[in-house]
Amino acid sequence: MSNKPLTLAEKVWNNHLVTKGENGSPDLLYIDLHLVHEVTSPQAFDGLRMANRPVRRPDLTIATEDHNTPTVDIDKPIADITSRTQIEALRKNAAEFGIRIHSLGDIDQGIVHVVGPQLGLTMPGITVVCGDSHTSTHGAFGALAMGIGTSEVEHVLATQTLPLKPFKTMAINVEGTLRSGVTAKDIILAVIAKIGTGGGQGYVLEYRGSAIRALSMEARMTICNMSIEAGARAGMVAPDETTFAYLKGRPHAPEGADWDAAVEYWKTLPTDEGAKFDAEVFLDADTLDPFVTWGTNPGQGVSLLDSVPNPEEISDPNEKAAALRALEYMDLQPGTKMKDIRVDTVFLGSCTNSRIEDLRAAAAIIKGRKKADGLRMMVVPGSQRVRVQAEQEGLDAIFKEFGAEWRFAGCSMCLGMNPDQLAPGERAASTSNRNFEGRQGKGARTHLVSPLVAAATAIRGTLSSPADLEEQN
Amino acid sequence: MEKISVFSGVAAPLRRSNVDTDQIIPAVYLKRITKTGFEDALFAAWRGDKEFVLNQEPYKKAQVLVAGPDFGTGSSREHAVWALRDYGFKAVFSSKFADIFRGNSGKQGLIAGVISDADTEKLWAAIEANPGVEITVDLPNQTATIGSLVVPFEIDEYTKWRLLEGLDDIGLTLRDEQAITDFEAKRESWRPKTLPAKH
Ligand code: SF4
Repeated sequence: MSNKPLTLAEKVWNNHLVTKGENGSPDLLYIDLHLVHEVTSPQAFDGLRMANRPVRRPDLTIATEDHNTPTVDIDKPIADITSRTQIEALRKNAAEFGIRIHSLGDIDQGIVHVVGPQLGLTMPGITVVCGDSHTSTHGAFGALAMGIGTSEVEHVLATQTLPLKPFKTMAINVEGTLRSGVTAKDIILAVIAKIGTGGGQGYVLEYRGSAIRALSMEARMTICNMSIEAGARAGMVAPDETTFAYLKGRPHAPEGADWDAAVEYWKTLPTDEGAKFDAEVFLDADTLDPFVTWGTNPGQGVSLLDSVPNPEEISDPNEKAAALRALEYMDLQPGTKMKDIRVDTVFLGSCTNSRIEDLRAAAAIIKGRKKADGLRMMVVPGSQRVRVQAEQEGLDAIFKEFGAEWRFAGCSMCLGMNPDQLAPGERAASTSNRNFEGRQGKGARTHLVSPLVAAATAIRGTLSSPADLEEQN
Repeated sequence: MEKISVFSGVAAPLRRSNVDTDQIIPAVYLKRITKTGFEDALFAAWRGDKEFVLNQEPYKKAQVLVAGPDFGTGSSREHAVWALRDYGFKAVFSSKFADIFRGNSGKQGLIAGVISDADTEKLWAAIEANPGVEITVDLPNQTATIGSLVVPFEIDEYTKWRLLEGLDDIGLTLRDEQAITDFEAKRESWRPKTLPAKH
């Protein structure tokens, strides 16, 4: 029994068991790192106050402002009352309960899922939670990272633990080599299109295979980030030398003997030979094209070389109905070539694709080229630190020269809780993770794309890949 | 969370089925940042109507709601339970609850008791025959009583125990506090710490 081969997820889970649930009651897991932001935390703190409970481990908790923060004029008061109230509540709660906070204007402020890894707080073999569904991002390090609801936020604040029901495991095997112009975003969009937005329900996904091993940490974060869009509880990648190299030297990464002990342990985490997954999915990286969505959920995606699908050809009646509704909302006709779809706005940002590599990749493409007439492009770095680094590298100048708006850090147009929204009927190519109806603004139409497709689209005005630009020259 | 055992309070009849969480508390109220003070938001869309049951004098102070089937369907918002609780309700009876609503109720100290359709009709009749009448809810024996009418209700054993003990999720976990402390003592020093802050 003790030598049973285990998966990465099982190892991390077992390592955090405080009490084992009996007769169907959940296991109690210890939480190593709790990330907090302004939207899902106010009522959790209020609950603590009502019950007169302290935060058990302020030293394992960190807060940042991201969902509501403006990305221009950040020195002025926030106009929207709800936004301002939530941010002020977070500041007050952080002060009252002794929690570290990175507020607007602070160098470490930014999207919670960019800030944790950037500070070196996210590391292999730990448990991470946050009142946000895209917490799965942190799984890229081989951490078990899960989004939770507000009452669970309160529970973790009070106890540093979480009762959790057992999960199933799914291996997502991606073998081969990505072609030029194809990225991690395309892998994950293809995975979701393949298994569906509910395909991961109840599972922790483990992304494996040579194509995943070849990815940088930031690319792995892009993939794990969208695990939730397949309905999964979490997504993980086994830690390796790429992980260790990314972590080493970051502000909160272990040092000295701690580092050595940590690496020794981290090396034991990858899934054992012979361990069984409850489900397996295979994807061929060699033949993958850039992927884009045509509908109103992240599973409604196709190759950029394809056309808008015909709902009449979908056999599943629910999916067919969803497709019909999506096409109406998106104002698209079956058979239209994806590359013929004209967009009004390009959004480069969100916790999926707003890290320095994403900005570099997009900048490399637009450099020296002209933006499509009338198109708006907005670039929102994931954190202030990313913004500063980009400026040191001169990327801001490239974006501005191109005619893009260079903004301060935050979630921004990913969900439009701040003023960064699309107008009704406006169509966007967006590097974010959700293309739901109204997500980026009432009546707004979203196509999810990679940073490379975003950049090429900004140049041509229609959904495009970098390869299309070469043909143009 | 307060322990609940046996209590008596005014019962209100809500002759509607499929009361979803949007009707219990409309989405606009979700913007608030507190966990209490939602009494004004309860059934907000209906409260403007003078005829609405909770606007009628004997029912204004109701503590027990007897509703039609499929209560609490729709979005999983916990605010629905908060609004009922803040208004003063301690128990809701229906022949069918949405699972998530029932789960949320147990965690917040609200009894969601399942009764038969026939008993729902009997309770409604008894209340309407004598508006403002008190109902006695006996959690240990799982009965709701108005005068000589005794109606049994169902509630799962685990939730019942929690309500009797007054244990919310956190209280429940803190029963294992020693195990948490023991676990913390064994945690390796390489694990992340947010404090003191490094930049
Ligand atoms: S960037 Fe978007 S998906 Fe990510 S945390 Fe912010 S709102 Fe959520």
